Amino acid sequence: MSLYPGAQGANILRDLVATIQRNAAYLSELDGAVGDGDHGVNMSKGFGMALQRLNADADVSGVLDTLGNTLLGEIGGAMGPLYGTFFLDMAAACRGKADIDAATFGAMLRAGLDGVQDLGGAAAGDKTLLDTLIPAQAQYAAALAEGVPFAEALKRMAMAAEAGRDATLDMVAKIGRASRLGERSRGHVDAGAASCFLILGSMAATLVGGLTG
Amino acid sequence: MQRFVNDPGQVVEEMLQGFVKAHPDLIAPTPNPRVLKYAAAPMAGKVGVVTGGGSGHKPAFVGYLGHNLVDAVAVGEVFTSPSAQAFYDAFKAADSGAGVACLYGNYAGDNLNVKLARRMAEKDGIRVEVVVANDDVPSAPPDERGKRRGVAGEVLMWKVGGAKAAQGAPLDEVIRVAQKAIDHTRSVGVGLTPCTIPAVGKPNFTIEAGKMEVGIGHHGEPGIEVTDLKPADEIARLMVDIVLPDLPFNSGDEVVALVSGLGATPVMELYILYNRIEALLAAAGLRVYRPYVGNYFTSLEMMGATLTLMKVDDELKALVDMEADSMGLKQLPKRGNV
Repeated sequence: MSLYPGAQGANILRDLVATIQRNAAYLSELDGAVGDGDHGVNMSKGFGMALQRLNADADVSGVLDTLGNTLLGEIGGAMGPLYGTFFLDMAAACRGKADIDAATFGAMLRAGLDGVQDLGGAAAGDKTLLDTLIPAQAQYAAALAEGVPFAEALKRMAMAAEAGRDATLDMVAKIGRASRLGERSRGHVDAGAASCFLILGSMAATLVGGLTG
Repeated sequence: MQRFVNDPGQVVEEMLQGFVKAHPDLIAPTPNPRVLKYAAAPMAGKVGVVTGGGSGHKPAFVGYLGHNLVDAVAVGEVFTSPSAQAFYDAFKAADSGAGVACLYGNYAGDNLNVKLARRMAEKDGIRVEVVVANDDVPSAPPDERGKRRGVAGEVLMWKVGGAKAAQGAPLDEVIRVAQKAIDHTRSVGVGLTPCTIPAVGKPNFTIEAGKMEVGIGHHGEPGIEVTDLKPADEIARLMVDIVLPDLPFNSGDEVVALVSGLGATPVMELYILYNRIEALLAAAGLRVYRPYVGNYFTSLEMMGATLTLMKVDDELKALVDMEADSMGLKQLPKRGNV
């Protein structure tokens, strides 16, 4: 059975930070079309701070805990609490696991999704990061139920996340600052949906690259 | 940018440090650099009054820390909600054991962070109740009032809630009057120019020369319509015509009227606006019980103004009249009433 070694937990965060920082300008540009254009700056700042606080020996749960707490503590706006909750709930779902197997990651994804939905109160189709996260989680769970290998399930998750992000292009925002724009929000990819794809895509790539057995 | 800025990423930190130095009698720092408190807070037995929000709205929010007003404020980046941690730390800084009234504005980020901060405070046994200001008429239709933003009416909510808490009222009473204040309050804004977040470096929305945006939000959120710029008297009429029918305010009502600049508009022009607003209110049979004209809740260097009306009864009048001392609002006890 494929496992992601807990000893490589720090790599997940290092790759996430690199991905977010590489795409900071792109995220801010997306945000600027309908919001105040600071999504990339804030995400980059928060993820970067988490890296500074990282205990290099921490397991996956510990790493995600540091990331979640940093986002919750340092990044305001809507993204700080939403992603903070996402990572904290993922961390709680793998606490005490030496290594991460496919089922554990499924539980983490489910917990993260539940946490974000409970806090934010948005629904599918509201043009938020949930439009990336909901199909990604559903696709991963379906792949698991089919019994496909861990790596393949992760790839399907990332592809569903990407398609979910793209689907926000034609949506009208129903919640958050962009919702004030009504129809004017149509025609822009949601910045949160875009960052959520980057996060899930990065995590999938790191896990796939680190799988043993 | 023609602005007084060092590192655009550090404007909030440097502003807060200067603010603490400038008001040592009123303001005290806390262990969280993003939380400031009234120097005398927490006061034994008194409900703690907390607010918070993005920076760039001076005097809001830290400018209302003070005597008979707000006890602790969570401070966010420019136009960005404070973190959940900052709200939580503000609750702790304000709580004396009598609970905390968190009086803030209706924005997605603030709602999420306050919600998380309340969960954190609950675990500590700190009771936190909230009132979410939604006085901005143009931001949603009347049947969707829950979606409306909080704007300058927040100042009146803090004034009323802060006064009630200072009287020693229990938390439920403080919440009741603060909610009553905002339920009796309606606002509208008119923007003449956009504003620039220092870290972004360019305006993130546009208002063309010769145009104005009626119903603009405190962060440049689009309003009801963009029209040709009109003389001040006509703008005053537009604002009054949007606010009056919404509550509605009726002939015979007494109101607190607050005209606030949005940052760059000369105070002179606020009085030009108020001159006509008062006349229009009088013509509609309304009496201004107490006017406030000045920069009470701004949006960086936006040209523009907001009009806020609060319908007052004896209870609200007494709380509005209570003396107060803060950077943004200094008020002596009411004179002339025998």
